[in-house]
Amino acid sequence: MSSHDNMPEMSLYQPVQVEDAIGIATELAGRGWLVGGGQDTYGWLKDRAKTADALIDLKGIESMRGIKETADGIEIGALVTLTEITRDPIIKERYSLLAQAAGRVASPQIRNVGTLAGNVSQDVRCWYYRRGLNCYRAGGNLCYADTPEGMNREHAIFNASRCVAVTPSDTGPALVALEAQMVIQNASGQRVVPAEDFFIGPNLDIRHTTILRPGDILTAVRIPAKWANATFYFEKVADRNAWDFALVSISAAMRVNNGVIEDSRIMVGAVQATPRRLTSVEQAIRGKPRNESTANSLGNLASSDANPLNYNHFKMPLMDNLVKRAVRGQA
Amino acid sequence: MTYMHIGKDFTPPDVEGKVTGAARYAEDFKKDGMVFARLLGSPIPAGRVVSIDASAALAIPGVLGIFTADDLPPAPPPSNPALAKEWVTYIGQPILAVAAESDHLAEEALSKIVVEYQRRPFVVDPLDTLTEGGPDPYPNGNTLIRNAGEAAAGTTASGTDVGRVKWSIDQVAAFRAGREPVGAQFGDEWSYGDVAARFAECSTVIEEPFVTIGQPHHSLESRTGMAYWENGKCYFHGSLQSHTVGHDALSAMLEIDPANLVFINENTGGGFGSKIFPYPMMAVTGRFARKLNRPVQLRITRAEEFYIGSARSGMQGWIKIGLKDDGRVGAVDVAIVNDAGSGGGGSASSSAEHISIMFQPEAMRFRGLAMYTNTTPRGAQRGPGQNEMAAVLAPMIDKAANLAGVDRVAMRRLNAPRMDGKIGARQGGISSSYMPEAIDKAAQMFNWDQKRSLPREISATKVRGIGVGQGFHTAGSNGYDGLIRIAPDGTIYLHTGVGNLGTYSYAGVVRAAAEALQCDWDNCVVVHGHGDLNLPHSTYQGGSNTMFTETRSSHVAALDVIQKLKEIAAAEFGGAADDYSIGGERVFRTSDSSKGMSYGEAAQKAIAMGGKYSGMEYPDDIHRTTVRSVQAMQGTGLIGVAKDTLPRSGAVPGMAIAFCEIELDKETGKFDIVDYTAVAECGTVVHPKGLRQAMNGGGIWGFGMAGFERHVYDPQNGLPANVGLYQSKPPTYLDVPVHMNTAGNDMPDPQSPVGARGIGEPAQGCAVAALMSAIADALDGHLFNRTPVTADMIINHVAQNGFNTGNLKTNTF
Repeated sequence: MSSHDNMPEMSLYQPVQVEDAIGIATELAGRGWLVGGGQDTYGWLKDRAKTADALIDLKGIESMRGIKETADGIEIGALVTLTEITRDPIIKERYSLLAQAAGRVASPQIRNVGTLAGNVSQDVRCWYYRRGLNCYRAGGNLCYADTPEGMNREHAIFNASRCVAVTPSDTGPALVALEAQMVIQNASGQRVVPAEDFFIGPNLDIRHTTILRPGDILTAVRIPAKWANATFYFEKVADRNAWDFALVSISAAMRVNNGVIEDSRIMVGAVQATPRRLTSVEQAIRGKPRNESTANSLGNLASSDANPLNYNHFKMPLMDNLVKRAVRGQA
Repeated sequence: MTYMHIGKDFTPPDVEGKVTGAARYAEDFKKDGMVFARLLGSPIPAGRVVSIDASAALAIPGVLGIFTADDLPPAPPPSNPALAKEWVTYIGQPILAVAAESDHLAEEALSKIVVEYQRRPFVVDPLDTLTEGGPDPYPNGNTLIRNAGEAAAGTTASGTDVGRVKWSIDQVAAFRAGREPVGAQFGDEWSYGDVAARFAECSTVIEEPFVTIGQPHHSLESRTGMAYWENGKCYFHGSLQSHTVGHDALSAMLEIDPANLVFINENTGGGFGSKIFPYPMMAVTGRFARKLNRPVQLRITRAEEFYIGSARSGMQGWIKIGLKDDGRVGAVDVAIVNDAGSGGGGSASSSAEHISIMFQPEAMRFRGLAMYTNTTPRGAQRGPGQNEMAAVLAPMIDKAANLAGVDRVAMRRLNAPRMDGKIGARQGGISSSYMPEAIDKAAQMFNWDQKRSLPREISATKVRGIGVGQGFHTAGSNGYDGLIRIAPDGTIYLHTGVGNLGTYSYAGVVRAAAEALQCDWDNCVVVHGHGDLNLPHSTYQGGSNTMFTETRSSHVAALDVIQKLKEIAAAEFGGAADDYSIGGERVFRTSDSSKGMSYGEAAQKAIAMGGKYSGMEYPDDIHRTTVRSVQAMQGTGLIGVAKDTLPRSGAVPGMAIAFCEIELDKETGKFDIVDYTAVAECGTVVHPKGLRQAMNGGGIWGFGMAGFERHVYDPQNGLPANVGLYQSKPPTYLDVPVHMNTAGNDMPDPQSPVGARGIGEPAQGCAVAALMSAIADALDGHLFNRTPVTADMIINHVAQNGFNTGNLKTNTF
């Protein structure tokens, strides 16, 4: 076992037009690696746990930067940094859920360079996988975490399918709650996909966490006006209050009228490979007052279908508690 | 006592470089022709190296050679060889080094080297190897045995070897379940007093299990070294906590005369016990440079620093504590199994020592055993033994005090060591203790009397916890040398062989010399960090040792200077030396201050007079390192040099007491530290800002030990989970209080000329103990019996998820 920390020899492309980037990415296909802020790139490559022939650096593409208003909400360039999201006046005013989520990602230094696209596209953080073990997700036929002795405190309690890793993204659940649309371009053109369909679990494709495939570039994220200025609740519980991934997070958007919850989208992060939508909770609280009583009436509804591993039973009460906090509106 | 420098803040000379980034560490040094060496580590936790084929690597243009265990002298078992010879005993254990013209080439070469291994069974839990029939981490056993008799008879190479200790399945099961392992074999035992009789007198007796994890050091500066040879001399840029005390050991590693080694280490980015003395990898750097006849930088990556940088020894144990009616500790019985990792050691006796001094039990028994595992080597880490015991002991002491109906702080004060305090197996004395006064001071600062009566419930989800804890470490030694030179221009050069491990103590200790010389600090130059700068033999920087030990040696060197100043003045103006005084950087006749000279003029006279005054002669009892330094400065000024032979007896205790208030969220398991107050019982405060830094830094690490830091090994494959900093989870700035209230007790130790003792290690111990105490208090006295206590454990407890504190395991968080 050699411990590498130099970048491997590889080509570097620095396109300034999306079309050029797509052309390069299409030509290189699986041998190319898209990089924005690089926070989920350099570790993989320096550790030699993953390899590529060439880096395609997107940072020079101006059209993928900036936050602008649209006829139905806002469009956030894929290269917008997490810090920019936390400081943008429109996002802070209308979509504070996303600003809060972005503000809890990692550390200030990482937020300064890490992009929204990178945060939602990042690979899972299962430590076995990251160490380069040949697990299911890496193409092997074994999961090291889902065993009687596996160190699986941070892993999934829902929807495991061979792989038990969870989504590490803090902004992903918030975007799904806001019914965001992901703008993806490739050589065939542009397609717009609901955030809810952007993330995929191991049951669909164990090698990928999103629908992005070689040649695809996530160029922007659109947030419709539907949930603008709604009532939001975000909370992330991690071991540390900075530079850490969520043990469980919650992102909730609610329409509350005269104290009554008319509609909601409630998402939980870090409990399965994708942001988990709690439709049963949404249904249970619809038409109910937003208060302690409604929160308590949920009991363990959120976690009732969970299948915990050896070391992560705690995620069930934690998830239930966060749901209650979101519903009652206070920590 | 009114001092000129002691107790006053100053700006240590290295601060600016550290703030601006100008400070240089070992990896920053380059040399013309320098080549890069990198390590190849074992991918398996246990096995045998069958063969090494480096031919493909060596065929790469620019790859210069490999270095293996065959290039090193044999290491006696079970010490960790710098490079594995035959057996590998943990993942990441270095097998060989390869050197190339560039770092990239060296990495490429590593990927071309083929090593054939033969696997062996491995073990990551000390209790698994301790169980009869369980796997052994070494081919010939699982623990250190001493065979001094055989060594003396010439039948073994050393006095130690790897041997085997096993417990029955029932004994291990009992221990895992939190019961005494009756009849089990231990490797180390001591006791004093009639333990059974004293327990019989106790009205409150508790028995508890406990587990603490090991923690990697993860020094921010990895142990990269760079060495080159010129004219038979080795110039070595390294990263050690200490400086000159390691000189002879590093020379021995390189098999050269100490006079031919120049060790350069102006700044060290953390060591925490893992860099006190030269470590095995330094032999590879120096010898590889000699083998290639090129400057070699052996760069250690972050992951490698985890593997070879050692870790705190985890412990699994059982303790029985008895309190008498009045709250005095009558008896303690403690049994500890340490995880020594691969070839490392445990600190169980030090853990027991913590109990013995902090609570002065009338009788006590200790039993300890250190088991090897196929995990990273374990070694000293800030308060080794004492601090992890402080962590798990605090809530237990709280429980006992509460059962006895005694206030938790009053109970600690009642049992605290006083001037006649005793310590350890031999119940030896201590240099001094004002611990009751320190407890009073801290309790007042924290407002304990008011806070203890605050309601525990803050809201429907939040509860308050109030905690108290103590830290201890022996904090001083003696017998080292001080060295001062006054140049003809009057500049006072304060030479110190103390390493700059980041605490500023290297500069703080020589303030004792400036104090004695009554000189302006601006006229002093602290000389340190470079073997060519003529440094004295100074103490090691570990064990909270520096402040006591080196203020003494600085002081005796200053006394030597003063005596010589007076003799020079007497030779010039007549009379006896005793007729003269110093002041204002002058030596003058006490009865007529006009008859005198400046320090600079005296230095000029010293050069003219020669002999002992200018270093042409020197004391017989100084260390040879100091001798070389004096010889190099002969005739350049007035030389003051002396060995510390001041009286000393008993252990020198560094102690601290801390209080902690937390608000704990029962729904998330998270807590905020809303008040942290700590008082150091460290004698006279020499450098207030330095003390504050030590207490804050130690406090934060204590919080990490209590609630954050992790050490995880997968029992399926022996793979560590936390080779990186973010995985190890030291606390961040958002996990600790913005403001921490700290102070010194500031009562002088009579065995120090300036009254100072050390405090580095207790600063962590008191913090982890206070936070553990507060967590338990917030949860109605619930004992987790382990560190760390993390959010998931608290959530499980609140949810009654059945988390089993009695199932003792280490290396699982």
